[in-house]
Amino acid sequence: MEQKKYVIRQISVFSENKPGRLAAIAKALQEEGINILAFSIAEADGFGVVRALVDKPQKAYEKLSGIGFNVAFTDVIAVQMKDVPGGLYEIARILGEGTINIEYSYAYSGKEAAVLILRVDNVDAAISAIRNGGGTLLESTQFQ
Amino acid sequence: MFWNEKIETLKGKDLEQLQLKRLKWTLSQVRHVGFYQQQLREGGIGADDIRTLDDVRKLPFTRKQDLRDGYPFGFIAVPLSQVVRIHTTSGTTGKPTVVGYTRRDLEAWAELIARNLTMVGLKEGDVFQNMVNYGMFTGGLGFHYGAEKVGLTVIPSATGNTRRQIEMIQDFGVTAIHCTPSYAMHLAEVAEEIGAELSTLRTGLFGAEPWSDAMRGELERRLGVTAYDSYGLSELFGPGVAFECPERDGLHIWHDSYLVEIIDPSTGEVLGPGERGELVVTPLVKEAMPLLRYRTGDITMLLPDECPCGRAQKIARITGRSDDMLVIRGINVFPSQIEHVLLGIPEVGNQFMVYVDRVNHLDEMTIEVEINRAHFSGEIADLARIQKKVVKELRDTLELRTTVKLVEPGSLPRFEGKAKRVIDRREGV
Repeated sequence: MEQKKYVIRQISVFSENKPGRLAAIAKALQEEGINILAFSIAEADGFGVVRALVDKPQKAYEKLSGIGFNVAFTDVIAVQMKDVPGGLYEIARILGEGTINIEYSYAYSGKEAAVLILRVDNVDAAISAIRNGGGTLLESTQFQ
Repeated sequence: MFWNEKIETLKGKDLEQLQLKRLKWTLSQVRHVGFYQQQLREGGIGADDIRTLDDVRKLPFTRKQDLRDGYPFGFIAVPLSQVVRIHTTSGTTGKPTVVGYTRRDLEAWAELIARNLTMVGLKEGDVFQNMVNYGMFTGGLGFHYGAEKVGLTVIPSATGNTRRQIEMIQDFGVTAIHCTPSYAMHLAEVAEEIGAELSTLRTGLFGAEPWSDAMRGELERRLGVTAYDSYGLSELFGPGVAFECPERDGLHIWHDSYLVEIIDPSTGEVLGPGERGELVVTPLVKEAMPLLRYRTGDITMLLPDECPCGRAQKIARITGRSDDMLVIRGINVFPSQIEHVLLGIPEVGNQFMVYVDRVNHLDEMTIEVEINRAHFSGEIADLARIQKKVVKELRDTLELRTTVKLVEPGSLPRFEGKAKRVIDRREGV
């Protein structure tokens, strides 16, 4: 399917909420020459999930699993935003009107544009809605 | 004050005669239980083998695990139609241990409670608030009927809602309370916090978990009571097996109803007065569920001295356990129960660690368990769901609220040989 190229594999790493765990993950990725493009930490009661968009997800998965981390892949999409006031609104409005729920999201503001990483309840519907609504999706090959 | 002076002060030959007669009766009663039929047959023990009290040593021990294996009614020696009440207590894994009572058992049990209450000076006119669980736990109903028998005004307040408990103490002019020592401490704290006077209180009966003399001093000062230690276990009716008299220097165990031995838990060898070991009890008047040489797991010793109150030989306050049983807010917990629960939850591993702390005088149990690699979806909501599920399943089995921490797979210690999965960080008792 044509839309598939917009589906990006995020790595999600289970981590106890204690000092040194992020450092252990980051060090492992460094050792493999894996670049982290964007990441966030979600925390709950005593544990968390480190979510990262990396350039080599399969390699990251193998490395982190190999040293004992519990890793899963999660499908996300990346939307280019105008790095001006109202940029986020434009995207959020499209998703809202399409009744697509955002489970979580994180963003980075790069040299060329601001990028919003989205985990949504329905990936296909979100891709259609953003494309039809005039938004710009980034292809996974641009990251990975 | 005595409830039944003659029997409470029975000693020497007279006591031994009564005990021997009742031991022989118990031996005949256990012959209605398949487990004992087999044990006695294998041991080649007949009725003639019990001629003196010391002959009790020829009889086999009964362990908690045996009772569990008999679930549900394997140890009931009478037709079920004669069992008028059932209680349960935590088993070592999975199923609880069932205890049953005939009408006569309930009367005998209430009689023991009546002796204890009278011994510490409670009588008609006292208002008694029973702040323990009234369900399957023996503490609630056990004390309740004994207190009614004495003629106390009983308030079956059960557990929870501390402010309401305080209100009732004030409004009903409560003079005596019964609860776990840690709950009593919590009660004192809440009363102080809201500035509530508990001026009518005079007597505190505390049991179901070990507590120190330091805690006794604290409770007496803060609640304005004289505090007495209460000992019992469901397998021997429930609370009321042994109790402190006003001397408060050891507990009187009721020798007409319980034949006491202290053994070395590792060898089974019988120890003498003053030697610390595991309390082993052969109940002498239990009809529905007679037991031989029941291993309580509680560590104590027979005290050598006669008591000025006139009653018979005492045991020391319980100082620990011979097994790995934990007492959390008065509820018995075996690490094997936790293991059993975790084995039934595929989302988590089988390794675990238990931490026990005392927070604001109440026991808190934290269980660390590894997330199962294959069940990690990457979503934090799924992890939270797993955490909730473990808390719920533990609560259903242990009847205890716990804190569950999910940890990374492979991060908990693996034990070769004897596992040390429990870290008890409560201050010494």
